[in-house]
Amino acid sequence: MSTAVAEALSVALLAAVLVCAVVRPRGLPEAVVAVPAAGVVVATGALSPGHAADEAARLGPVVGFLAAVLVLARLCDDDGLFAACGAWMARTAAGRPRRLLAQVFVLASAITAVLSLDATVVLLTPVVFATAARLGARPRPHVYACTHLSNAASLLLPVSNLTNLLAFAASGLSFTRFAGLMALPWLAAIAVEYAVFRRYFAVDLDAGATAPAAVAPPAVPVFALATLACTLAGFAAASAFGVDPAWAACAGASVLAVRALARRRTTPAALLRATAPPFLAFVLALGLVVRAVVDNGLGTALGRLLPTGTGLLALLGTAALAAVLANVINNLPAVLVLLPLAAPSGPAAVLAVLLGVNIGPNLTYTGSLATLLWRRVVHAHDAEVELKEFTRLGVYAVPASLGAAVLALWVSLTVIGGG
Amino acid sequence: MAVVVWIVEGTWPACVDAAGAHAPYDAEVVLLHVAPADVPGAAHGALAGLLGRGLPAPGRPGPGGPGRDPGERLEHLADASADELLAEAAARLGRPCTLDKRTGRVEREVVAAAEGADLLVVARDGDRAHLGPRSLGPPSRFVVDHAPCPLLLVWPEPAPSTSTLPPPPPPPH
Repeated sequence: MSTAVAEALSVALLAAVLVCAVVRPRGLPEAVVAVPAAGVVVATGALSPGHAADEAARLGPVVGFLAAVLVLARLCDDDGLFAACGAWMARTAAGRPRRLLAQVFVLASAITAVLSLDATVVLLTPVVFATAARLGARPRPHVYACTHLSNAASLLLPVSNLTNLLAFAASGLSFTRFAGLMALPWLAAIAVEYAVFRRYFAVDLDAGATAPAAVAPPAVPVFALATLACTLAGFAAASAFGVDPAWAACAGASVLAVRALARRRTTPAALLRATAPPFLAFVLALGLVVRAVVDNGLGTALGRLLPTGTGLLALLGTAALAAVLANVINNLPAVLVLLPLAAPSGPAAVLAVLLGVNIGPNLTYTGSLATLLWRRVVHAHDAEVELKEFTRLGVYAVPASLGAAVLALWVSLTVIGGG
Repeated sequence: MAVVVWIVEGTWPACVDAAGAHAPYDAEVVLLHVAPADVPGAAHGALAGLLGRGLPAPGRPGPGGPGRDPGERLEHLADASADELLAEAAARLGRPCTLDKRTGRVEREVVAAAEGADLLVVARDGDRAHLGPRSLGPPSRFVVDHAPCPLLLVWPEPAPSTSTLPPPPPPPH
């Protein structure tokens, strides 16, 4: 097959995969279209078997890592970790919304970093809302903080975001070096978001809270917390000994799973569901289709757009391009497209791409224009968010936090070195 | 006489007290709470932004049952919290009243609910430490501008004394 035909076929298949992932015809899992599409690119030769095997070998451990983190988050929830977070916030906020906001920032940043953004969106947000309601405080700033931090605070560790796991595999960095380089950008992005939120939601935060916080002390899930701490230590130890840190995540998830099974708090079927097999298949298949698109010509076309070098301006340009691409479709395909282009420039460029694709989605409340437009078309949850309102928050928060994060990355690279 | 009291988290006790003090005893008092639709909406949106997770498609119930979509859970929680808030407000008022629970764009729902009323009781919000021209948040400002009836604007705490007035501008030369 000629390159032009192969590229046209791959692009058409990628479009079909993405459209179905956003539109979800008949509510079918995204993998239903993505897996056959991946089969077609390999069967027609648009993606050579060698490259397909390469890509699968690269994505396999990523997918395993992801599954372990998903299980870890689910089991921590079963163990009452998130309920304990709510009780702690309600007890110590002392009826002051500004203090509650600070606590939400601390918890959402920590949970996103360690248990990934899915945990913050699905598990923490309802707890935060319930806590605000229990205190008699206006919930808006705190809920919006969860949605923003699930993106902006997902910079720290490879496990914080699927985009990070993909970039981590491509960057060649060790787990600890990745975390070391991203610590400063992570803090910078969170600090800027905090400043923006304090100002933007000043009226809601000034309104105070009315309910007396008569809350029983939280039952701290010591075992789950200890397991998480050991898992984090395991990440550092694994990278020091050159072992894939995915094994540390698997060990942590296994410890909690065995305990939950022994206490009959979960079933093997529930554990399997927690790994979200269709999602894992989707990630693998999407990776193969994107590889075909990049191999057949998009790589050279976009390669000219991507700045080279690791100066501050080049990093800013790379992050901005990544943020724009993430906003148009979604950050998952965006990072898959940009990684092979950025990887030859070294870890600095890869991390700049990550800053863009992780912080950028805060511009719209659905993470991308494609999802947003489709939700408007089907009138899902009529007039749910005033677009102007949320976008105004994004326009204040995204350029400022992205700029600060890139600057912080540049400082980190200068001090620690990108090696 | 129909009096609508807008109950908002944080500032509502002052509104209930004002209604108790200023509404005639035979007045028909309505306690109104509007849950902002954008708060569960933001949670729905955040979930929709997670591509590939096999989560409910827009406009469809989730396959994972209730609790998978944080937006849905927020809607339930918001409903329960509005019930609690209105019950507390009714207890504080201590006289017969009607409860009106709504969801939507807050400022527009409040204006719509005040249609035909004789008085709308609203709390001043915004920065209480710096008294000044921008003393109302955007929703309250909208309600003050568009209220279809007389409006009673009350401080959420004892009103500041006149000693807090800024010095008068210098006389023109």
